[in-house]
Amino acid sequence: MFHAPDFKQLSKQIAAKTSADVEAALSSSRVTQDQLAALISPAAEPYLQQMAMQSSEITRNRFGKTTQLYAPIYLSNYCTNRCVYCGFSADNLIKRKCLTLDEAEREAMILHDRGFQHILLVSGEAESAVDVEYMEAITLRLRDKFAAVSIEIQPMSTEHYHRLFLAGITAVAVYQETYDRDMYKQVHLAGKKSDYDYRLETPARVAEAGMREVGIGALLGLSDWRAEGLAIGNHLAWLRKEFWSTAFTVSFPRMRPATGEFEPLQIVSEQNLSQLIFALRLFDPDVGLIVSTREEARYRNGMLGLGPTRYSAGSCTAPGGYGDADHEGEQFSVGDHRSLEEVCAAIREKGFDPVYKDWDCEFQTGMI
Amino acid sequence: MLTIAGTEFRSRLFLGTGKFSSSAVMADAIEASKCQMITVALRRVDLENPDDDIMSTLGQREYTFLPNTSGARDAKEAIRLAKLARAASGTSWLKLEVTPDPRTLLPDPVETLIATEELVKDGFIVLPYMNADPILALKLQDAGAAAVMPLGSPIGTNQGVLTDAMVEIIIEQARVPVVVDAGIGAPSHAAYAMEMGADAVLVNTAISVASDPVAMAAAFAKGVEAGRDAFKAGLGAANKEASASSPETGKLSTDLGFLA
Repeated sequence: MFHAPDFKQLSKQIAAKTSADVEAALSSSRVTQDQLAALISPAAEPYLQQMAMQSSEITRNRFGKTTQLYAPIYLSNYCTNRCVYCGFSADNLIKRKCLTLDEAEREAMILHDRGFQHILLVSGEAESAVDVEYMEAITLRLRDKFAAVSIEIQPMSTEHYHRLFLAGITAVAVYQETYDRDMYKQVHLAGKKSDYDYRLETPARVAEAGMREVGIGALLGLSDWRAEGLAIGNHLAWLRKEFWSTAFTVSFPRMRPATGEFEPLQIVSEQNLSQLIFALRLFDPDVGLIVSTREEARYRNGMLGLGPTRYSAGSCTAPGGYGDADHEGEQFSVGDHRSLEEVCAAIREKGFDPVYKDWDCEFQTGMI
Repeated sequence: MLTIAGTEFRSRLFLGTGKFSSSAVMADAIEASKCQMITVALRRVDLENPDDDIMSTLGQREYTFLPNTSGARDAKEAIRLAKLARAASGTSWLKLEVTPDPRTLLPDPVETLIATEELVKDGFIVLPYMNADPILALKLQDAGAAAVMPLGSPIGTNQGVLTDAMVEIIIEQARVPVVVDAGIGAPSHAAYAMEMGADAVLVNTAISVASDPVAMAAAFAKGVEAGRDAFKAGLGAANKEASASSPETGKLSTDLGFLA
């Protein structure tokens, strides 16, 4: 079981780093967890250019001149949790909707017709609306139409994840939101999600269930982003050791305006976010790094090839939002409003290849 | 401190006991090496004779004995040898060697994995000798091996760590200790393996056939220590291009002008 290090201790470890530590990390052939602390420390800020260069070199070397693309489909915004930062929080008076299987398939086909082959099924955490049977049923409907179907829903048991793997789910994302135990308590007021440890153990259950890929991450803006970065690095390294045949990705959702008027508790600048991305790339050359449409087009264009490997595009964060232009009930408002074609054009302009398909559910062992 | 299966070792140098000119020289070399783990080929020990040379020489000292299955050509033979070794020595520690080719003595990956699975189930502390194959290392680890022992180069060749690219991956990925075994011909080879982050090295031929095995054993002890210290101190990456010890700044080119 992964034991999250004391968050304040992580902050201290990072704060103690000097420019000599940063230089040692930058010239190291294998960045250690302690060197990761140096790379995300304030002492590394003057080295951002050099980090960008090294990160870009490693990324190109490992992933080629490509960027993978996906789009989310929001299945339901019902949620039993009360999370102070989230638009779906049970407290919020928004229009609630859970797509029927037909509606979900219609949404998926809209994305399919737009050219997407990798979709991410997202929902609020309410077992009564979206449970394993629902997820299995929608997966069985979609698996012949898409190369990859991944999910970002409530944490499940190993057994349920295995069922979804057999149905054709390729990857699961489950973010800790914050590795800061105290802050976690403060922002997760009620619901199953208020159990920090159960959530922390989820990526391991996903890997145990045989999923090909597990996504971890933290919501940037709740606590010290540097310590979150180091905790992610620790978690990632532990997962790699325990589950060597699983691929891993990290996401960096920066807090966006959401219903409920929750203001980020910590401001994380684009400089900060970039430093974190470069540092993690130097720490783990093979981890997939995801930048979603939370970020603006300008930023996403600039970061192409520098570290991230996967972008979402043309996203809508409300259930039924692709088919219904007048939708409401978003989880958060996006920062990049471009269509898939526009994002692809920007990727090509950089001399990169937009990748739609990187797997096929049909290849999965044990498919029903 | 190195820990394998709950036992702690101050020394990260393991010694093999073959090829020495006499038991006395072997005992002195072991002493000079400060090693605490010694592997003994079961086939060389006369189990019927309590005064057997090797056992009587080493038996009085505080070592962890690591009987090995040297000579076994498949999993079945190795398992049989292992059980005999345990019955004779009372220890569950085992260096698993399955070497069907008597010329190269290279380990058989398939039979080694089968034997590891069986022996772990039977309560052995298994340290399998293996080729430097990272996936095999992980599979052996998952099967319950207490450590993995990838070879540096074919046994007895003194060629050093020719498999370094693969050993490096094994070290990076394995949860269990990695002991580089076979082919280590000089203290610099041992140091190199330790600098990479190996948890220990096992040496035999380079010490036993040296003109002065005792002095060579001491030299290996220093090499292992130096390599371990260097690993802990954090080595810089090798670079193709020269870089000044006191660099001037300001010639970097990635454009981060897009950042808000």
